Formats: sequence, C-alpha cells, structure tokens
Amino acid sequence: MDFLSPSTWEEALAAKSEHPDAVPIMGGTDVMVELNFDRRRPPALLDLTRVPELTAWGPDGPHLRLGAGVCYTDVIAHLGDRAPALAQASRSVASPQIRNRGTVGGNLGGASPAGDAHPPLLATGAEVELASVRGVRRVPIREFYVGFRQTARRPDELIAAVLLPAPRGPQAFSKIGPRNAMVISVASFALALDGDARTVGTGIGSAGPTPLRAPDAERFLAERFDWDGGTPPAPADVHKFGELVAEAARPIDDVRGSAAYRRRSLAVMARRALAWTATDYREGTARCA
Amino acid sequence: MRVTFEVNGEPVTADDVWPGESLLYVLRERLGLPGSKNACEQGECGSCTVYLDGVTACACLVAAGQCAGRSVRTVEGLAEAGPDGERRLAAVQEAFVEAGAVQCGFCTPGLLVQADDLLERTARAGRGVPGDPEIREALAGNLCRCTGYEKILDAVRLAAAREAGTTEGGAA
Ligand SMILES: Cc1cc2nc3c(=O)[nH]c(=O)nc-3n(C[C@H](O)[C@H](O)[C@H](O)COP(=O)(O)OP(=O)(O)OC[C@H]3O[C@@H](n4cnc5c(N)ncnc54)[C@H](O)[C@@H]3O)c2cc1C
Ligand code: FES
Ligand code: FES
Repeated sequence: MDFLSPSTWEEALAAKSEHPDAVPIMGGTDVMVELNFDRRRPPALLDLTRVPELTAWGPDGPHLRLGAGVCYTDVIAHLGDRAPALAQASRSVASPQIRNRGTVGGNLGGASPAGDAHPPLLATGAEVELASVRGVRRVPIREFYVGFRQTARRPDELIAAVLLPAPRGPQAFSKIGPRNAMVISVASFALALDGDARTVGTGIGSAGPTPLRAPDAERFLAERFDWDGGTPPAPADVHKFGELVAEAARPIDDVRGSAAYRRRSLAVMARRALAWTATDYREGTARCA
Repeated sequence: MRVTFEVNGEPVTADDVWPGESLLYVLRERLGLPGSKNACEQGECGSCTVYLDGVTACACLVAAGQCAGRSVRTVEGLAEAGPDGERRLAAVQEAFVEAGAVQCGFCTPGLLVQADDLLERTARAGRGVPGDPEIREALAGNLCRCTGYEKILDAVRLAAAREAGTTEGGAA
C-alpha cells in the first residue's frame, strides 16, 4: 500500500489521475474505521489534508463555496448564518473529536444514506464541484447520488467543494436517534423555504438507498404556503405535508429502526420542521415589513 | 514508511510504518507511549483522544502519515515541569484523582485530554467555569463504563473552578 501526500491541488489531481484506485482520505473518520477493521485494503491512500484550498470557504458569485475539506467544527463555528441547515446538521454529528476531523466532502465521498450533510444539501439545492486533470464540473446535488453509496464522481475525480446558494428563507434540520450525541441517524429531514422563488426544498436521510427528496411534498407546500404573510399553515395542510414526506421515503428495516418507524418519524419531523420554519418566516416577514 | 513528527514537544521518528496504520498504533506500539488507550478503534469511545496541532482528535482515526511534520500532544504531555524541574500532574489530573473520577482508568487518558481542551477554551481563556451542558457536550464522545460520569463531572467542575481562580480547592 502506498501513501500519497500531495501538498497542492494540482498534485492531488495528478495523483488521482495516475492512481484512480487510490482512496482519498481527509478526516479519516470513515476511511480509518474501514482500515482498522480490515474491511478495505486499497492499493494507496491519497492524503488530502495538506492541500490548503480544501479547507477554505468564501463567497463565489451568488454561492458560498465550501472546500471539501472543511470540518464540521468550522461549519458550526463560522457558517451558521450562511448555511443554517448544514450547520444545524453538523452540530448533530458524532462528538467534538469527530467533528474536528470529519468533513462535508468526506460525507459526500462516502455517500452513506445516513450522512447528515446530505438532507441540508438536497433541501438547499447545493452543487458539488468535481475536478480532475481533465477539468472541473459542477453537478447539482440532486444528480449526485446515483445509487447506494454511489455518486456521480468518476474514478479520476476528486470532490473540490460544495456550492451553497445564499439562504432566501428559513431552514431546519432534524434527526432521530437514541441519544443526543454519537448517533448515526435512524431518519433525518431537512427543510428550506425560498421566499424569493416561493419554492420549498426537502431532504430525507437514512430512509432509502440514497439520500432523497420529497418532490410532491415540496410542490404541495409551495402552493399552500402563505408566502406573503407566513400565517401558520392549516393543520390539515401540515398533516398532508408530513404524509407526503413519509411517502417519498423508501426505508428498510435494519438494526437502527424499522421501515414503519422511519416513515412515522419522518412525518413527525416534517411537521415540526414546517412549524419551525413557518414561525421563522413569519417573524422574518414581520421584521421586513 | 518512515514518519517524523513531534510528540509532547520532542521530535520522534517511527520506522516501518504501514501506510494504513493509525497514529494510535504508532504511539502505543512504536513510540512506547501507551497512555492513549485503544478500546474501539472506530471513534466511538474517545479513549485515544490526543491533540493534533492543538485540536483534539481520536488517534485511532488519524493515519500516521497524516501526522508527518505535525505536532501531537498525548496524555503523557499534560503533566508539566514545575519551577524545581519536577513534573507534576496538571490541575485537571489532580482534580480527577481528588474527585474519585477514576475507576478502572481505561477512559481516563481520553477524558483528561478532552477536558483539558474544554478548560483551554473556557476557564483558561477567561470565559469562566463552563456550565454542565457545555461540559457534557465537550465530553459526549468519551465513554466510561465504570463511574456513571458524576465524579467525572465533579472533577471537571473542580479543575475549571481552580483554573478560573474562583476557588482554592476541595472537592466540588
Ligand atoms: C464515531 C463516529 C460517529 C459518526 N457519526 C456520524 C454522524 O453522526 N453523522 C454523519 O453524517 N456521519 C457520522 N460519521 C461518519 C463520518 O464522520 C462522516 O461521514 C464524515 O463526514 C467523513 O468525513 P472525513 O473527512 O472524515 O472522511 P474520510 O474518512 O476521510 O473519507 C470518507 C470518504 O470520502 C472520500 N473522500 C474524502 N474526501 C474526498 C474528496 N475530496 N474527494 C473525493 N473523495 C473524498 C474517501 O475516499 C472516503 O470514501 C461518524 C463516524 C464515526 C467514526
Ligand atoms: S479507540 Fe479511538 S475512539 Fe475508541
Ligand atoms: S473508569 Fe473504567 S471506563 Fe471509565
């Protein structure tokens, strides 16, 4: 096994192109578990922790550009305003030690359906920037997850960054698990209201082979929501929204929970997220008026 | 491969390191520093917590090669030499002893490092004694199967109070 340790982005891309089998490692919080337990013996590790660009963030046109190597601790400390749902999800990840190392790019690289970054990225319509020696491309997050732990990333590509649209309304994330820390979610849900476009974004985690959206729920709420005043949605509409989110899930029974429990908890989380965001929206509208 | 880095202020070199080897393995098996414990090798227990470039991490999840040229501080590096040159337990270590926060001791090294980090960000930074929710949050990734955590919380409160200069001591 080789240990490749590029110190620039160009070197990293060249290394990945030369060794497409090399496994990138950033925080190592997924990769090292696989190595420690002999689940994986890649021909090489490609250490990305010395590439400075990956840990940077900043504005990029209308987007916030978040380097693939930004750890959860930094998202929480610095990006709560610019990426509220992602920051909320980051707060729920594992423990301080894991959040100090684990990254959003690593979450995308592994693409576990339980990854906490996915629902917020789906709900907010993020893009993933993929790069190789052949060039750079941006893939809408909705096209990024192509199967169970499979993504649109090609073998010679690395994840460079995530591009997040500026929030144009309230966002919320919630997650179900046995305790408040150190929990891989049983099910998770993110909601983003876009008050300018008058659209709704959703993201569902741990309830299907890939992270999912709930397009019917998004359309339903976009039509029913009081975008002018943000009056609390009618109880029947709240209920319906929850049902549509639950119906969009494709959960299975596994060690963390049953399919039925996941659907039920998704309906509950969706209703709560709607209540929270509607309140925030109303208060925001009141402040602007 | 050979990995050279700094541990507790001293330059160290480890030879014949397998590229997939963890920092924890290198510390314990190659550098003779068994303070950091190996209880799960999957980030769940926190007993291997060390500082890597000043930030706490689970040493079992850091590839040794990622540490080349970097600086690591382990539980062995918490005790510091006093004016007479004698090494003394750090305040947080004293507090664990006094509060009875150690039973089998397996979780202790990780808890000490993580608690030290909390004190660095609070009591020593002039932010006063952290409240219980903040202590619990800081230690959420450190499992203890013996103490039931109460004495550990006592120890951290005691160390924080001493470091913030709000008490002269005595178990909380
Ligand atoms: C104890 C514990 C608790 C956890 N709890 C949670 C939790 O609550 N929520 C959650 O979502 N996750 C959790 N995880 C999983 C893990 O921490 C996250 O998935 C994290 O985001 C991984 O980031 P990393 O930088 O450590 O990834 P790494 O382990 O370095 O890499 C993960 C994957 O991404 C690939 N990769 C990394 N960077 C790139 C890149 N730039 N380009 C292409 N591929 C790349 C790697 O090859 C690998 O396949 C937990 C893990 C542990 C050990
Ligand atoms: S041994 Fe590293 S977290 Fe348990
Ligand atoms: S004292 Fe035994 S695990 Fe904590």
